[in-house]
Amino acid sequence: MSWIDIGHVDDVPLRGARLLKTHIGCIAVFRTAEAEVFAASNSCPHKGGPLSEGIVHGQSVTCPLHNWVFDLNTGEAQGADEGRIETYQVRLEGGRILIDGDAVARRSAA
Amino acid sequence: MKQKLVVIGAGMASGRVLEHLTETAPDSFDITLFNAEPRGNYNRIMLSPVLSGEKTYEEIVTHDHDWYTERDVTCRFGEHVVKIDRDMKVVEGENGHVPYDKLLIATGSAPFIIPVPGKDLPGVISYRDLDDTNAMVDAAANGGDAVVIGGGLLGLEAAAGLAERGMKVTVVHLMGHLMERQLDEAAGYLLRKDLEGRGITVLTQASTKAILGEDRAEAVLLESGEVLPANLVVMAVGIRPETRLANDAGLDVARGIEVNAQLQTSDPDIYAVGECVEFDGNLFGLVAPLYDQAKVLAKGLMDEADAFVVKELATKLKVTGCDLFSAGDFAEGPGREDIVFRDPARGVYKRLVIEDDRLVGAVMYGDTADGNWFFGLIKDGTEIDEMRDTLIFGPAYQGGDSADPLSAVAALPLDAEICGCNGVCKGTIVEAINGGATDLGAVRSTTKASASCGTCTGLVEQLLQVTLGDGFELPAAQSVCGCTDLSHEDVRRLIKSQELKSQAAVWQELGWKTPNGCHVCRPAINYYLLADWPLEYLDDPQSRFVNERKHANIQKDGTFSVVPRMWGGITNPDELRAIADAADKFDVPTVKVTGGQRIDLLGVKGEDLPAIWADLNKAGLVSGHAYSKGLRTVKTCVGSDHCRFGTQDSTGMGIKLEKILWGSWTPHKVKLGVSGCPRNCAEATCKDIGIVCVDSGYQISIGGAAGMDVKETELLCQIPTEEEAIEVVVAVTQAYREGGKYLDRLYKWLAKVGMDWVKENVVDDLENRRALVERFEVSQSVYRKDPWAEHAQEKAQTYAPIADLTLEAAE
Repeated sequence: MSWIDIGHVDDVPLRGARLLKTHIGCIAVFRTAEAEVFAASNSCPHKGGPLSEGIVHGQSVTCPLHNWVFDLNTGEAQGADEGRIETYQVRLEGGRILIDGDAVARRSAA
Repeated sequence: MKQKLVVIGAGMASGRVLEHLTETAPDSFDITLFNAEPRGNYNRIMLSPVLSGEKTYEEIVTHDHDWYTERDVTCRFGEHVVKIDRDMKVVEGENGHVPYDKLLIATGSAPFIIPVPGKDLPGVISYRDLDDTNAMVDAAANGGDAVVIGGGLLGLEAAAGLAERGMKVTVVHLMGHLMERQLDEAAGYLLRKDLEGRGITVLTQASTKAILGEDRAEAVLLESGEVLPANLVVMAVGIRPETRLANDAGLDVARGIEVNAQLQTSDPDIYAVGECVEFDGNLFGLVAPLYDQAKVLAKGLMDEADAFVVKELATKLKVTGCDLFSAGDFAEGPGREDIVFRDPARGVYKRLVIEDDRLVGAVMYGDTADGNWFFGLIKDGTEIDEMRDTLIFGPAYQGGDSADPLSAVAALPLDAEICGCNGVCKGTIVEAINGGATDLGAVRSTTKASASCGTCTGLVEQLLQVTLGDGFELPAAQSVCGCTDLSHEDVRRLIKSQELKSQAAVWQELGWKTPNGCHVCRPAINYYLLADWPLEYLDDPQSRFVNERKHANIQKDGTFSVVPRMWGGITNPDELRAIADAADKFDVPTVKVTGGQRIDLLGVKGEDLPAIWADLNKAGLVSGHAYSKGLRTVKTCVGSDHCRFGTQDSTGMGIKLEKILWGSWTPHKVKLGVSGCPRNCAEATCKDIGIVCVDSGYQISIGGAAGMDVKETELLCQIPTEEEAIEVVVAVTQAYREGGKYLDRLYKWLAKVGMDWVKENVVDDLENRRALVERFEVSQSVYRKDPWAEHAQEKAQTYAPIADLTLEAAE
């Protein structure tokens, strides 16, 4: 697995998110605690709401458009809503946020 | 033949190595011990009790003069090592060379000094060794103010010690809560509360800009501009491995001196131990792993095989009376679940973190009796599936009955205290219930149980249920959300009565069931806190809906709309040109005139927001807050300026009102209208607050709406002068801000309190009216400003992506 450094954890507000542009689309990078980050697709499966603009609580995010709530561990929608967002592996090392480079690389043409 | 062993640094780690060596193989080594400090090994962990005066230096000495003599250790204390010559295998001290067969580097760590002006002034000290401690003790003898920079373990122990010695202490901490590496927010809040209870002032999210003073430190200047007087400044922001000697000697050094599992550096004859080493990416600051290292290292020197492994660690703070415990990993990583327990009355908080049916982390405050049991579960990786439901109650509850809350209440003895505030025990409540108090209200009025802070309401209800059986039905209370059983009204009341001034305080003291709320309660709590404590509470953008966080309205395609303020609906050619230029420059697809007498630029990309605001700012345009639960617009007609029917200057009054009210946050949006005559062209009578000018003055009416509900305003009063009319409008707004439920428009609040109450408190009671206006002004001293300017200047980069991986060179 190759890890890509995308920034410092303090660049993401606590209980907030930042957008990461990749070849496979926009990814939201969430910071749920001082030293806890998640990454998932930025797009809500319901109406495409930008999840990086949602309110982050516990280890979940609420879509800003229609309040769908997603568990950032699994990407599953919570409660009565049905749907899932893609999640990506991220980890912290010395305050830097690293994302799984293979997962966000341009898909091969083969 | 004895081997020559040279040790650089007489700290706790190397001291333990020497103990092992001299015990098991007293005749194997000829030992020389260098130490830069003019003394041998003492228990550094106990410096805090020395600082606070609970212990003396003599009591914390580990190895005294006799100890070294008996073991024939040549001591070179107070002497710095200048150089390690690996080719000659010689250590060069200030007073001469010593050859070695094996060398042990134990240089420990150095305090991290933040590079601010004034850091070298006398009176600025770090907190690492006995000399620092003595310097603090001396400084404290003169009393005065101390500022401790850094709210981690060391900083807080220094702060507590200095406060104990009578200094007035302020802790300045960069992060949002104290000890953020060991504690989560809730535990950090309780710790802060305890420290504040000892008279220590705690400033979080505070960054030091400079240390001020002529010949010595006199004050600390923060980035916020605040100046803290300081006779003593303690720098305790962190430590870094002391690696200079190893670096100069050409050993492999990353953050620390790199060692293998045998504690050997890249030179097999040179070992390193303690805080100066890095192993497998880890640094070490606590004593337990250092002792493990010392054991492995000593064995290695005696040619016995062993390997150092990194183990889980637990932390305790050595401040008397602050009972906290933290172990394992309570952050990071997917697949984690929390179990949270709070007991506000006792100031207890416990949080367990579970992953794959195993406990991986624990944070506790106030009651840490079970800490070691949890630590054991973490270390052993015990499967906790079976005891999960009662895990948080500790070992005493395992293997017993099920944790049904009703049976737990039923099992309580009659003298168990239910209501901590009023000291009501179970027996009293049961007696009252049997005596006819068959609902919560009746129990409250007869026993006072749950009549104060209300957090025992659930327990009282369970008692009603247990005592009355099926005769009692739990009332369906309208709680704020699933995170709490309290209603909005309860929460507002408790925030005021218990003086809760932070979100962490609300979560802890009101027993929130989730770690930090949800998208329903967080915006409400954020509003209540900033409305009730405008100076103490810092607005939390992360608890706001996106529109209020980004100061623009999100549209269905994820773009935003931008609405600059037009005071009273008045604009001019320069403003219009600036708006037109901005629309051109940022390819704004739609420009629309709004119902609030201003212009809406729709379809602006999120990352363009700071730039478009900067352009609009240049023309004097500021945020119109078209996105806020706050003052939106003051719609006006042209009034006596131009209109042949106008009775008063309605435009001028509208502008005045807007300039006073703008930027204020309210439970829901607030729209105003000022009409110059009863023809009411500004449609003032369907606004939250409407003013209709008449010949004799101003008719103020409130509670209108033209949304899902259409309401006509009700007359509040008629006022002869503009000045007093404005005062009444401000006072009504403040009364609504203080009493309204979040997301209730003004008319809903009005329906709850009644028009008579408003008339009495806002119109008739002049003293109260002025007090309301005064409180509004206090709040506006913080919030009456343009958020666009602030964001365009200071937060612009947060609107851009954190990184753009599509820009990387093509393969």
